Amino acid sequence: MRTAISLAYLVAAVLFIVGLKQLSSPKGARNGNFIAAAGMAIALVATLPLLNFTRAGLVIIAIGIVIGTAVGAVGARMVKMTAIPQMVALFNGVGGGAAALVAVAELLRLGQHPGFTEAFPSVFSIVIGSISFAGSMIAFAKLQELMTGTPITYPGQQVVNGILAAAILGFVIAILAVASVPFSFIGLMVLALVLGVAFVLPIGGADMPVVISLLNAFTGLAVAASGFTLNNFALIVAGTLVGASGSLLTKLMSDAMGRSLANVLFGAFGKSHAGAAAVAGKEGRSVRSGSAEDIGTLLAYSQRVIIVPGYGLAVAQAQHAARELADLLERRGVEVSYAIHPVAGRMPGHMNVLLAEANVPYEQLKEMDEINDEFKNADVALIVGANDVVNPSARNAPGSPIYGMPILNADQAKNIVFMKRSMRPGFAGIDNDLMYDPKTVMFFGDAKDSLTKLVSAVKAAA
Amino acid sequence: MSNELLNEITFFVLSIFVGIEVISKVPTILHTPLMSGTNAIHGIILVGAIVIAAGASSPVTIVLGLVAVTLATTNVVGGFVVTDRMLEMFKGRQQKKQTTPPK
Repeated sequence: MRTAISLAYLVAAVLFIVGLKQLSSPKGARNGNFIAAAGMAIALVATLPLLNFTRAGLVIIAIGIVIGTAVGAVGARMVKMTAIPQMVALFNGVGGGAAALVAVAELLRLGQHPGFTEAFPSVFSIVIGSISFAGSMIAFAKLQELMTGTPITYPGQQVVNGILAAAILGFVIAILAVASVPFSFIGLMVLALVLGVAFVLPIGGADMPVVISLLNAFTGLAVAASGFTLNNFALIVAGTLVGASGSLLTKLMSDAMGRSLANVLFGAFGKSHAGAAAVAGKEGRSVRSGSAEDIGTLLAYSQRVIIVPGYGLAVAQAQHAARELADLLERRGVEVSYAIHPVAGRMPGHMNVLLAEANVPYEQLKEMDEINDEFKNADVALIVGANDVVNPSARNAPGSPIYGMPILNADQAKNIVFMKRSMRPGFAGIDNDLMYDPKTVMFFGDAKDSLTKLVSAVKAAA
Repeated sequence: MSNELLNEITFFVLSIFVGIEVISKVPTILHTPLMSGTNAIHGIILVGAIVIAAGASSPVTIVLGLVAVTLATTNVVGGFVVTDRMLEMFKGRQQKKQTTPPK
């Protein structure tokens, strides 16, 4: 029986690896997800035969699976495409929480003086799992706009975080060296939860994808640690795979934003004075706003139009309206393409998904490197709800929090139409010089309404 | 060091290399779905949750087991379903691309 279980775990591990491989290529991605899910099913079923279930055990497992399936399936199905990033944060957080609770249960079972090889991974799992849980909840709250997306900082923040980390270390040593009693590991869990909150608070909402990816890797490691405690091969391999691939993915994601991971995580500290200087002097500058008719005519008589979509397009569900406008222009002989910034929206790939939903032809979607040189030949750059990804201060204002991020060269187009709900700064909370550019026309309103107005205006412009 | 622990450490170290190697060529547009997919895979903690819940008898272990199984199941089911929803979109586009007649 043991052999059969080990073999089943081996099959599951292979399916996870193949699934991950497929998930990282556009063709096989969806199959990859199914393959990984099959691996999960095999690992779960293989675990059951060796267990001695108590009656209470059977009941709580059944209840837990029913509730969890309902919450997970309904949550994942019902959520709007725009809210998917925070759902990922939520599902990551609960995984971290589960890992921490499994470790707590094991410490309880092991008694006051557990062996080091069991106690150490348990303690590790409690700390990392709790940080991941609490951090993910804050990331969720920031993305769901239950709290402000701007970094929350206060004087002495690093000192407070340092003290928290030291206190956690103290509890860890006490548990390993003195005695493992409920008081100590509950204290450990509470402190780790607080540290998880404190860790994510100073990070801006626009950086949440990177944070979620990091916490995802954390949860993987916590799961692997639980595997060491329970001597379970499936947990060790699957958890470690996620921990390792998640760490690399986190690095790739911050690279895509042109920043180091340290800059993303700790960039808010010491930025306050530079930020204040950058904001000063913005008063009294004027922006030009245009009517739908003006802009419609401009578009109708252009030769090349580049649409720059951003989060505003996602919020307004304006992808169909954008496509309608693009089709209309194409029929008039205007060449239309979409410039996709790697981090447009709230997550990498967000815009590709939305525009694919509206059946925008694949050939019209251009990645940043591919299209940046074409802006100078474009008659109009039509910015639909994007902001930070076209902000020139990423190029020329060293004090800016987004300095160094590669941006789309929308400012090089002959005309810029900036569609926005209001003058409110973007998600990163910084002003955008492009709005004050003499070539720029602002067009205020909800992205979908505005695009619909432009469609009528283009139709009217004979 | 026991043989079992030695084996576990071997799996752990080898898995690190496999995990890094296997996703190293991922294109930017798949970052989010890949993160979501790995997120579902660490739902394997459900195995651990079931192991601790199976033998639950005292009130404390019953509560711990119930919460752990519920959270872990949410992670697994939600993780895979939400990843599939994202990738649904990509699949449509792939097909469209293939059906375009060559000129």
